[in-house]
Amino acid sequence: MTIHDLRTRHGDASDGSADQVGGRLSRVDGPAKITGAAKYAVEQQLEGLAHAVLVESTVPAGKVRAIDTAAAEGAPGVLLVLTPDTIPPLKTASDWFGTPPPDVPYCPLARDIAFSGQHVAAVVAESFEQAVAAAALVKVSYDEAPAVADLSDPKAGDGIAIDMMTKEWGEAEAAFAAAPVRICAAYNTPREYQAPMEPHGLIAAWQGDRLTVWEPSQWLDGMARTYAEWFAIPFENVRLVSPYIGGGFGSKALALSHGAVAASAAKMLGRPVRLVMSRPQTFTGYGGRAATRQTVTLGADRDGKIQSIVHRGVNETSMGGMWVEPLGSVTSVMYATPNFSSKQNVVRVNSVVPGAMRAPGENPSAFGIESAIDELAYEVGIDPLEIRLRNYAEQDPHARKAWSTRQLREAFVAGAEAFGWARRSPAPRSMRDGNQLIGWGVAAGTYPVRRAYGEALVRILADGTVEVESSSIDMGQGTYTILAQTAAETLGVPADNVVVKLGDSRFARAGVTGGSRLAGIMTGAVHKAAGAALDHLVGLAISDPRSPFHALQANTLVVAGGRVSSPRGDGPEVSIAELLASVGADQIEAKGDTMPANSTAEDRYKAYTTIATPLTHTDGDYSRHSWCAHFIEVRVDEDFGTVRVSRVVSALDSGRLYNPKLAESQWKGGIIMGIGQALLEEGIVDRRHGRIVNNNLADYLVPTNADIPDIQTISVGIPDPHSSALGGKGVGELAIVGVAPAIANAVFHATGKRVRDLPITLEKLI
Amino acid sequence: MRDFSYLRATSPAAAREAAALPGAMLLAGGTTLVDLAKCGVAEPATLVDISHLKGLDTIEVGEQGARLGALAKMSQVAGHEGIKSRFPAVSEALWQAASAQIRNMASIGGNLMQRTRCPYFRDPANFPACNKREPGSGCSAIGGVTRGHAVLGTSEACIAMYPGDLAVALVAFDATVHLGERQLSVDDFFLLPGSTPDKEHAIKPGEMITQISIPASAAARRSTYLKVRDRQSYEFAAASAAVGIELEADGRTIRDLRVALGGVATKPWRARAVEEALKGKVLEEDAVRHASLLAVEGAVDHGANHYKIELAPRVVARAILKTGAMA
Ligand SMILES: Cc1cc2nc3c(=O)[nH]c(=O)nc-3n(C[C@H](O)[C@H](O)[C@H](O)COP(=O)(O)OP(=O)(O)OC[C@H]3O[C@@H](n4cnc5c(N)ncnc54)[C@H](O)[C@@H]3O)c2cc1C
Ligand code: SF4
Repeated sequence: MTIHDLRTRHGDASDGSADQVGGRLSRVDGPAKITGAAKYAVEQQLEGLAHAVLVESTVPAGKVRAIDTAAAEGAPGVLLVLTPDTIPPLKTASDWFGTPPPDVPYCPLARDIAFSGQHVAAVVAESFEQAVAAAALVKVSYDEAPAVADLSDPKAGDGIAIDMMTKEWGEAEAAFAAAPVRICAAYNTPREYQAPMEPHGLIAAWQGDRLTVWEPSQWLDGMARTYAEWFAIPFENVRLVSPYIGGGFGSKALALSHGAVAASAAKMLGRPVRLVMSRPQTFTGYGGRAATRQTVTLGADRDGKIQSIVHRGVNETSMGGMWVEPLGSVTSVMYATPNFSSKQNVVRVNSVVPGAMRAPGENPSAFGIESAIDELAYEVGIDPLEIRLRNYAEQDPHARKAWSTRQLREAFVAGAEAFGWARRSPAPRSMRDGNQLIGWGVAAGTYPVRRAYGEALVRILADGTVEVESSSIDMGQGTYTILAQTAAETLGVPADNVVVKLGDSRFARAGVTGGSRLAGIMTGAVHKAAGAALDHLVGLAISDPRSPFHALQANTLVVAGGRVSSPRGDGPEVSIAELLASVGADQIEAKGDTMPANSTAEDRYKAYTTIATPLTHTDGDYSRHSWCAHFIEVRVDEDFGTVRVSRVVSALDSGRLYNPKLAESQWKGGIIMGIGQALLEEGIVDRRHGRIVNNNLADYLVPTNADIPDIQTISVGIPDPHSSALGGKGVGELAIVGVAPAIANAVFHATGKRVRDLPITLEKLI
Repeated sequence: MRDFSYLRATSPAAAREAAALPGAMLLAGGTTLVDLAKCGVAEPATLVDISHLKGLDTIEVGEQGARLGALAKMSQVAGHEGIKSRFPAVSEALWQAASAQIRNMASIGGNLMQRTRCPYFRDPANFPACNKREPGSGCSAIGGVTRGHAVLGTSEACIAMYPGDLAVALVAFDATVHLGERQLSVDDFFLLPGSTPDKEHAIKPGEMITQISIPASAAARRSTYLKVRDRQSYEFAAASAAVGIELEADGRTIRDLRVALGGVATKPWRARAVEEALKGKVLEEDAVRHASLLAVEGAVDHGANHYKIELAPRVVARAILKTGAMA
């Protein structure tokens, strides 16, 4: 046992003091955000800052015939008008798998239009207002071509089969045909948007062939790589800075064309350039969640035992890009079935390429299977909770491996108990309060444990305080806080004495913050780096002749509360600062990473700048997932069809919680977003123009506080040693998965109407 | 940048004079105007700031009725004790509108003048055709996304919905708009789109709303504003109703009834047919539900807004029953 293992508690998920992993330390970045001291990317004040504004296509398909920039160029304050003809060509960058790109030039402004809202020009001016006014003077004419507006466009067709997504075992079709009970229904989800509070934007500045980019980023190293490749400069020459992020939800992981435009303009002008998307532009400047369609077919015994699942999924992608929203991801792991078939197509439409949004794949997938099993429950007359237990998957039905941990049964039990599920009256429309029909619904959710690598640097300073550095990020999920706790616990110092620095690509490297992987990776890396620093400190204390512990001849020492002493308490006790002073060290620094020991520089570069990670959630002997069960009460007005969520109890298995307070906040955030998805959110397309018309936050509705009841979350996780170094699984994405079907199921229970198209708006119920 | 001049009015008379200049627009709380300037719909040459004018923000409530200064804030009127007790529907219409921040900024005069939320109207770059913005250019909404559009009072030129809440309560209780010397009933102040949807109000250049008066009535005292919407807060109405009832001494026969609809029409919509059908009748559910169907007489849908025709009568019926049950 090494010295730091002693202090690492792998205990109950909710134990621990604030100075330890598992404690309920409040967000250490909270005061800076509340007081406004936290500077977001585009708030940097730079000498000579110029302002860029994008001009977007107003047609969904065709070619730019001409761009008349004369008026814009003559407008006051205008420095530069960029068009496909005047912006210098860049190099094409590799994709996020690191696939070597074709050797063709990349132009971030489009000549060939593939969607309405595509960037076709940009204006740079002395002030933002001048740039906005001049951008309105840029006249673009088009040769329009016919467009495919969305999935339901008659021209959309069946799309392209994605064979990689096919999962099959047994004889699904035959078993379905032979099953005594059969359910078959189609479930649709619309385009949804991440809608972060902080819109996308950046400041780009060049010093010679070095580029600094202040940009909200879920992946500094990946985005730095893209910028470096675009401008054909070494990776080291790009510095990305992103200490604070006003929400990402998947949308801020990639360098996008607007970033290339801003960096190009900065280079051409020799001045820093700021570009911020307007809120409407955030609906077309990058992709939200793809619209999806699924057919779920369940064959079962009369006692509700599933014999076969046949699942077909379709998601939209853009004309030129490829986005696959893995629709069979929950379908294939949630329930035990001897026969299974899942296939998926993607359909090209004239939209921006869709992107990652909180639990891509799992989220819509769960809406399908968790609605379908509810339909089966009513069909066979079994309680919706009971039918889930009857079909409980004791192992991963697809990978055929044991679960690392699966506390889903515990989640069902704990959630049902806290919710009072046993008091539910089974028949639809059987519970009411005046004009309000009351419905109770349940649904489960899951998210795989995605794993990758991370690096951290831990520095013990002369005054005994500690610095942690990593190029990973905190977009509100709590990285600053849990890394302070990890370093504090490992080193034996108060968390208040730890300063965590994140969001600078000069720091120790990290991969993408997506797929709920960061906490598990980075606590491991910091734990390792802090352990190495501690070993170094203790080593000095024991071996340096100037150390007060030298005479003791001990082979280890204890560090607690920032003070060093011998394990038996028989020697001196000094502060870390005093110890460092005595041996004449002004700091101790150690780097730790979670890569295999023999990794090369190339391996490391690849690990942090691509997502081509070799660690899948089913590597080795186990299948690793987080799990949850949502119990939701809705009230539906029988005249108006309005649905209000009145109670939520969710029991969740995220393994060990590094900080229960922050985990609960993230779960609640996911549940709130799930309520929005179920009841409100929908990008509405004008089919004639191939354009989203509700591209602002007054018309694209996300929940307000008034829409959200008290939410009770219950942690049922246990430490999972197969999932991460300190035993946690995933927190950020899990809780949204299953909320929408739980609400749809509750609405059915309330009204007897099954709504299979999200969102569940009032006209679907009156 | 799009330059405009800014003029801070020193008196109502000076404001009116300045407002008569070509391209001049009054600026009160700015919550509509600044928004529309940002989307390129409003391009004022001169902004005449009236927000600092003294004496236009008073709220008086007495036996005769209420007088609301045009610059009174939505939140002040909503929270005024006299309004809450004598005109509950007015207070409820206001506090269910917009958000707390907007209600603290926005004026009563500006509230009446707010413009449609039709997404095509608000996006000139992408949708040049809009008769309300550019007379004769066509209507982008017809045949497009119409879920939020009107079903009552529409024309071939425009189907845009009037989104405000306050004016619905005002039209129910026969309020008057004071434009300096000239006075108009709120009902006459709002115009139907007809073939000139660009003309929304019977207000002339150089005129300014100075005050709104609401006569006292028993129906206003026993009134409610019921707003149904997708989101619980901070959203415009899918359908709403302002209802006031006066009962006979028997406590069950309807002597006076006021019904107006929001969220479904091109202007605040008085539903006189419902009123007439129920006056003198005993207040009971079946009769109310039946009569409420008259609220959408003549309604025309454009596909996705069909639900409003189903919804509006139900909102009216619920509001009448709720008001009738009030002590
Ligand atoms: C996101 C959002 C949600 C909203 N939700 C709702 C809602 O649910 N219900 C609702 O009712 N409203 C809602 N509103 C509208 C809001 O109530 C209005 O914007 C506000 O009342 C306008 O008042 P103002 O003082 O800010 O007007 P301004 O923006 O200053 O002016 C608006 C218009 O009125 C003119 N004007 C102002 N004062 C006068 C005057 N005295 N005489 C003549 N003309 C004048 C101006 O020239 C301008 O054309 C919402 C607004 C927003 C932005
Ligand atoms: S409905 Fe009226 S406001 Fe909307 S586009 Fe048509 S004309 Fe313009």
